[in-house]
Order: sequence, then C-alpha cells, then structure tokens
Amino acid sequence: MKHLLSIAQLSRAEIESILDRAESFAEVGRRDIKKVPTLRGRTVVTLFYESSTRTNSSFELAAKRLSADLVSVKAAGSSVDKGESLKDTVATLSAYEPALIVIRHPHAGAAQLVARWTDAAVINAGDGKHEHPSQALLDVYTLRRHLDDLEGKRIWIVGDVLHSRVARSNLIAFGAMGAELTVCGPPALVPRGLEQLGCRVEHSLDRIEEADVIYALRLQNERMNESFVPSLREYTAHFQIDSRRLGARQLLMHPGPVNRGVELSGEVIDSPQSLIAEQVASGLVVRMAILYELLAAGDEGTEPATDDDAGRPTPIGHPA
Amino acid sequence: MTTAQLDMRAGKAADLILRGASVLDPAAGIEGQHDVVVRGGRIAELAAPGSAALDGAEEIAAAGLHAFPAFFDPHVHLRVPGQEHKEDIETGSRSAAAGGYCGIVAMANTEPPVSTPADIDSLREAARASASVGVGFLATVSEGMRGGELTEMAALRDAGALGFSDDGLPVRSTRLLRRALQYQRLCGGTIALHEEDPELSGDGVMHEGPVSAELGLAGIPSVSESTTIARDAALAAYEGARIHVQHLSAAESVEAVRAAKASSVRITCEASPHHLCLTDEEVRSLDPNRFKMNPPLRSEADRQALIEGLREGTIDCIATDHAPHAADEKEVPFEQAAMGVTGLETAFAAIHTDLVLPGVIDLGLLIERLGGGAEPFGVERPSLAPGSEANVALCDLAAAWTVGEDGYESRSSNSWCAGRELTGRVLMTVASGQVAYRLRSFSLGIAT
Repeated sequence: MKHLLSIAQLSRAEIESILDRAESFAEVGRRDIKKVPTLRGRTVVTLFYESSTRTNSSFELAAKRLSADLVSVKAAGSSVDKGESLKDTVATLSAYEPALIVIRHPHAGAAQLVARWTDAAVINAGDGKHEHPSQALLDVYTLRRHLDDLEGKRIWIVGDVLHSRVARSNLIAFGAMGAELTVCGPPALVPRGLEQLGCRVEHSLDRIEEADVIYALRLQNERMNESFVPSLREYTAHFQIDSRRLGARQLLMHPGPVNRGVELSGEVIDSPQSLIAEQVASGLVVRMAILYELLAAGDEGTEPATDDDAGRPTPIGHPA
Repeated sequence: MTTAQLDMRAGKAADLILRGASVLDPAAGIEGQHDVVVRGGRIAELAAPGSAALDGAEEIAAAGLHAFPAFFDPHVHLRVPGQEHKEDIETGSRSAAAGGYCGIVAMANTEPPVSTPADIDSLREAARASASVGVGFLATVSEGMRGGELTEMAALRDAGALGFSDDGLPVRSTRLLRRALQYQRLCGGTIALHEEDPELSGDGVMHEGPVSAELGLAGIPSVSESTTIARDAALAAYEGARIHVQHLSAAESVEAVRAAKASSVRITCEASPHHLCLTDEEVRSLDPNRFKMNPPLRSEADRQALIEGLREGTIDCIATDHAPHAADEKEVPFEQAAMGVTGLETAFAAIHTDLVLPGVIDLGLLIERLGGGAEPFGVERPSLAPGSEANVALCDLAAAWTVGEDGYESRSSNSWCAGRELTGRVLMTVASGQVAYRLRSFSLGIAT
C-alpha cells in the first residue's frame, strides 16, 4: 500500500491487519519512554488547509513517537495565504523529499491529486465532504475493543450526513466489517441516493432502540441559515441523542468536536456508554499503525516488538 | 450556407475532385459513390465515380472515404475578448475545422461580455482576419450579462449579431426574459437559453444522485434544468417567440421540450456529445479536466433519454459546448475547477465510436444532427446538393486515433476524450468553399 486515500481501497483483512498493529502500538504507549525508532531519519509533512485539533495533533504525535522528523504546515500563515496553488505548494514541500505527506483539504479529491504530484506516500486526513479514512479506522478500532466483532451489529449514524466525510468513510468501513447500517437525519441532510451505499435511511429516531451503536455527527450552526432544518429547536427535538434516547446497552460515538446540547445532550457525552474520549486515544495508535503500514511494513521484521522479545532486531523494538 | 452573418478569413475558392467518395447527406437525400466536384467553391456536380474530368482541379483519392456535408456547431466558446489564454478566434476556428465543422456560433459570455454593437463589429472584423470557418456571434440578452436590463437588441442585430444568449448563466428574471421575447418581434434573432435554476443548483458541481452522495460532492438536480425549460417554454408560447434550449442533459428536460413541441411552441434544442456518451459514473475519477462541466454528466437513464430524443427529433442538433480552459484552472480539486470541456475536434469521432459503431444510432442520423444547429440560428444547413456552397467533411470511418496524442488545434487541452482511442477521423474540411483543414498525414499521403 503506497497511499491511504480512501477507506474503500482497503479490504476487511487489510483493515484488520492495520488495527492489529495498532493494538501493539497501544503497548508502546504504556511504556515509560513512549517512542520507537522506526521512522528515524525520515520526514513526515502535515499539510492542513482546515482547522483540526484531533486529526492534526494525533498525526503529529504519531510521527514523533515513531521518531520521524516532522514539518507541520498550516494554510493560515503559509504561502497558501498568498495565493499559492496546491500543486505549487506540494512541489515546494516535495523538494524536502519527505517520506510522507498527510493532507487535510476542504475539497474532495485533493489527496488524490497530491499523490499524483509527489513521490511521497500520501495520507488523506479528510478531503472536503468526501472521505476521512483514518477516522474510519480509529472508529472501527474503538468499536472492536467493545464488540470484538462488528458482523451483524446494528450501527445508526445520526445527523448531518450530507456534509460529513466521517459518515461516508464510516459507512464504507463499518459495511466492510459486516455491520448493518442505518443513516438517520432530516431529509435535506441525507443525500439523495445514499441507500445505494448499502444502508437504510430513516428520518426519525423512533426505532433507535434497535441500535447497538449510535454514531452522532456534528451539526454546524450555519446549516440553520440555509434552511436544511428550520431551527435548532426542531433539530434537537427530533434528532438529539439524550439520556431518554440512549439505552444502557448502547454505545455512543462522535467524531468531535461536539456541539454540546445540539446533537448530543451534555449528560450522554459524559455517560458510561460514551466512547468519545476513547476514540481520541485510539486515533493516536491507529495513526501510528497507518504510518507504519505505509512507510515501514515492507522493511525487515514487520511486527512491532514487545518487551518480551526486545532482544530481537525489529524496526520498532526499542525505545529511541 | 448563407454567410451574411457568418464571418471568416477570405481565401482561395477551392477546385477539388473527391474521387469516388461515399457521399452521405441525409437532409438532401443523397447517398452513394460519387466524384464530388467542387469548382469555384461550390458543389458543381456529383458525378459517377471516375467520370469527372480533372480540368485543373486538385484530385483527392477518396475511394473508401466518406464525404459528408460539413458540420455546424451552434454552441462554442471562443473566449474572445478577455480570455485569450484559453482560446481565440484563430485557434478555436481551427479546432472547429479539424472537427469537420464549416460554421460555429460563438457565445457572448466573454470578459467583458459581448453586449454592444461595437463588440460585435470588432469580433466580426477579427473573424474576417483569422477564422478558418464561418463564425457567427451572439450578443448577451442582458446588459453586461448582469441579468438586469436588455441589451440594445435591434442595434446588435444591425451590427450582425446572430442572436442572443446569456449562456453560462440562466436568465433568472422572468420579467427580463419576457421583455426579450417581446422585443424579438422587432429585431428577430433566436434567443438561446442556458436553462438552470440557481436556487436549485446551489453550489452543486455534479449531477445529484447516488454518485454525488457517495463522493460527498454537492449535487445539481435534474429539475434545476427541466423546471426552467418548462417555465421558458410557457413564456415563449405566450409571446409567440422563438427560443433555442442549450445543452439538454436530463430526461425530464427532454420530456419538457417534447411537451412544448407537441403544443406548437417555437422551440429547438441541442445536446452535447459528452452528455450523449458519458454518465456521472465518470466523476468517480474526480478528474475535472475531462468530467466537470455545466450542465453536469447525468445518469444512464438521462443519457438514454437524450439518445431517444435525438432519434425521434425532439433534440434537433448536436452542439459541443466547446469550453476551453487553461491547465491551471483544471489542475485543482474537482470542486474548485472551472466548468467545461473542449469538444470540437472529437464530436464526430466520439459519437461515431460510442453510438454509431455499436449500432445505437445510425450514421445518417449523426450526420443529420451535426448539421441541425444551423437553421435554428437562421443559417442555411450545409449541403452537398449540386449548386450549394461547398461545405464538406471528408472522413475515414476506419481510422483509429488517440485523442491528444498529437496535441490539439485548440489552445486548451481539457478535452473530455483526452487519451481515448476513437475510430473515425476527419481528414479534410471545406468551409464556405475554401479548404479549411487537412490532417497532416493525410495531406502528405496524397502528395505522393
């Protein structure tokens, strides 16, 4: 695998193999020195055209824990502000001969274009409303730790699906893992023809109790101005997940950042069913596993070592 | 062709004999093997193969080749004035000649838009200096294409505007469109309409359907086009006006035009080769260079409806909507890329490859519809009937070629066929009695 541009490029087995590797990185995170030398001497560039807290910080920390040299470029304050095109920016950064570029961009297909313009491996960290494959992988990883198998599990994705790349990538990833998918939201926020992705579409939460997992999406305030829904009050009345709607055996997820009191009530965010904080922790180890998969998996000794076999030479076996 | 309002560079009137060509001109009822004799730029006769005396004419061995009436494109963007880095009259008309066209209609959405008689004067003068084929110019319906007030339509017609269009944008205001349709009684000139409801299209970049849902791209629903067609057909009926609907893309739009024609509205319409050959599935590649245009590529059902409309005559003609763009306007993510693809050099070959060879439509229908864009704009249909001005496309139906391999005549390379192998190629074009184009390898071949 040269790039990670879309979750659709991964088979179930490939997804599982990345997540298995993430499990072994979770072990690294429990050590005193949480760093391995795998990517020593290699350069990772993060190129973010949109604001991001979780994705950006976890990719940066993942690269650092793997001992890569990190160049972090944000559109604000860079030449992008001065009107430089994506192609020219990528050519400039490619002059440093990075091993890998992580890109977040407000438009679909940006990562795919970058992959055409550089020799580096490319990770799509979100392109427009299209895809967010590393988020899908960390979500499957998180769920796997609670359900061990997603086969036949009922997952409801609730909210503004139209504007959500997380929803698209998760529909593909959860579907690949065998889950039964339902998408639920106001009609104008569920794209026409979405059923053909293999999910059921609902416009009310009446049957939400059947769900094993409720995955809520962020509702951006500006949607109200565009008449996608009449008012925040109507939206929360029909689609907010609150303690009445969240059952004791159901798991709750959200990609963050949460609009407290909009898509989720305050009490469910902090409830025992909520996996939201765990998703963030998963993000780090899964992104380490993705970096490893793209940059080191072809190298000698493909398995990260544990303390037990620390004597054996492996790419990531020793603290740096 | 009546060239009163088409302009091109003056040149030598052709004297040619296309020896033993397969001649096909369905509109004139001509089909068979003939020596096509062109003298002084006119079709002198269609003689029995091998019988025409050379008499100082250039002889072209055309056995096994097809001679068609040259094509007419009612929808081309020449980008003059203001965007000469994309195209100009010389390159655009050469591109047309290479596609077998003898006449084209240039849209008015330039920078600034063509809104004054002086604009028309200078464009016509430029065409007389540099155009390889006849070019007719439209003026905008609204002043500066701002959608507010009418242009001086009568003065524009006097200056030689072929008709009117705000193409690139719809005429949003029903008040303004109604005034233009009323004024047409005074000044004539077809009003050509880009049909789209901006409220429904929003910030859409592709057809709204399962593919847009999957790609997370904002969709342009079919009804954005069809509701506006129905609205404008009703206005045209009420005012007794003559309208031409541009680039139909959706099944609902074919139905709207069909209904309007059935109730005797004076309406004609066009469809583009890319809408007849491709669907929104292509957009999965996220390649804006080949697959981003407005109206967008739609579903397979829409494509089938367009083909049916073409067959039954609801769709009068094929128009390329040739829309050149510079590389840096296309080498960006799909949503940010400019709308439009070039099409003049590939229209015949692409439809021949995708629809005629598989037996979806027959060759005669293709040739008929490639000439159907003239009459809606008051131009005589190109014909091979003896006595006509010579407008001929000489084609090799068996020639296979890769689009873009030898570059383009157009200044831009955003061809929707880029990289594709097509079967059928224009070897030579005669436009308004002058040789407008010869394929290089073909002219070398006949020199031996």
